Amino acid sequence: MARWIDRQKNVLDFTLSSLLRRKGKNLALLAVYTLLVFLLASVMLATSAIRKEASIVLREAPEMVVQRTVAGRQDPIPLAYLEKIRDIAGVVSSDGRLWGYYYDPVVGANYTLLVPREDGPDPGSVTIGPGVARARLASAGDTLEFKTTSGDILELAVGDILDTDSELVASDLVLVSAADFKAIFDPADGLVTDIVVRVANPRELQTIALKIAERLPDTRIILRDEMLRTYDAVFSWRGGILAVLLFGVVLAFVIISWDKASGLSQEERREIGVLKAVGWETSDVILMKFWEGAVISLSAYFIGVLLAYIHVFFFSARLFAPVLKGWAVLYPQFRLIPFIDVSQLTALFFLTVVPYAVATIIPSWRASVTDPDAVMKGIR
Amino acid sequence: MTRRTRLFGLFMLGLLALFGLMAAHAALSARGAGPVLREKALLVRRLELTDLCLSTEANYTRHLSLADFHTAFQDHPLALEHFPAGALLGPPPHLRRIHGQMD
Repeated sequence: MARWIDRQKNVLDFTLSSLLRRKGKNLALLAVYTLLVFLLASVMLATSAIRKEASIVLREAPEMVVQRTVAGRQDPIPLAYLEKIRDIAGVVSSDGRLWGYYYDPVVGANYTLLVPREDGPDPGSVTIGPGVARARLASAGDTLEFKTTSGDILELAVGDILDTDSELVASDLVLVSAADFKAIFDPADGLVTDIVVRVANPRELQTIALKIAERLPDTRIILRDEMLRTYDAVFSWRGGILAVLLFGVVLAFVIISWDKASGLSQEERREIGVLKAVGWETSDVILMKFWEGAVISLSAYFIGVLLAYIHVFFFSARLFAPVLKGWAVLYPQFRLIPFIDVSQLTALFFLTVVPYAVATIIPSWRASVTDPDAVMKGIR
Repeated sequence: MTRRTRLFGLFMLGLLALFGLMAAHAALSARGAGPVLREKALLVRRLELTDLCLSTEANYTRHLSLADFHTAFQDHPLALEHFPAGALLGPPPHLRRIHGQMD
């Protein structure tokens, strides 16, 4: 055993000196490799943290939301629908929600205006989310102006600002009283934005949803499970910019591995020839190349994942922020809670470290089984 | 063992130690986040919220679970997605059920 360890140490020592002889090339390779791992790990860590947080927080979302669609678009729903839903066996309550989007021309930001059904602000005052406070540089006691549908300006005092910890769910919220909501949007009487339904037995949700869809064919129903699944599937590898990113990264990795697997440089071949000529076995050469691949890929993996962790959980994934922010002015500055998915990190390890190590060994084996004289002369 | 191998060994040990620290930091942060998560969940329940606030640039990126097939084409049938966040955030899976007959 001690002999085996000594052999590994000696080969590793030789490998390190060999890597240092081509310092520039290997450092460049390590930098690119680390960048690839960093990008993949950043996406993995950020999406799994968002998914996990969504699964915890949205467990308290309404069991069922009923919306009316007219000509393919969501439309305010009549209050008369509330009774029709309440008549269905198993429904505990159905209540209308008043909410909508408001574009603030002062700063060019979009807010979500919402009327809480319990403990809402008094008429004349609003409670705002931390993102709104940041966009409007507002603090408690300040006044915010809202343009009503008739063009008048409604001034509402900021009563309270929601806690900064709530940024991920409430950054753009403006909580208003029902009277102020009506003053701003002037909705027709007897209409609400949508309906939330509570049921006695969660197992009956599907049945009740079907009954609502039968009785009110112009509605669509969104269940809590579907809200949760939305965030499970939303960052899917199969679609969107993530697929493009993954494709680019995998392609870059394939190019690096292909470059390694397709052949060795003249200098590397000559080195193998010399080693064979001085008495190294083929297994020694392969062992040396294995260590070479392991040194580069393990270093890249560890550094890449560590940098990704710092990027996502200490700097709020700043590199991805421009995409999520898009054209919007109000950007939620949420700090993600570091939920690490070990299976993802393991998958990343096998996706990046193993193929590279294998790609390093194959051409070395080809070179090391050839006659040393021919290798040194550059004949394959 | 030469100085070079020893340095490399220390380097890898350092990286492993940092990896361990990362795992410990993640575990402690996740455990300590319980009250914050509970607060958020209570807010979601009180205000009957349906979505996370990830992007505010379009209504279908703000309320992902309430999005529908028409949102990306709302201006006219050839108006393709022009919001960057829309390219990152995919449509909710239940759209297939709701709008299945339109496929």
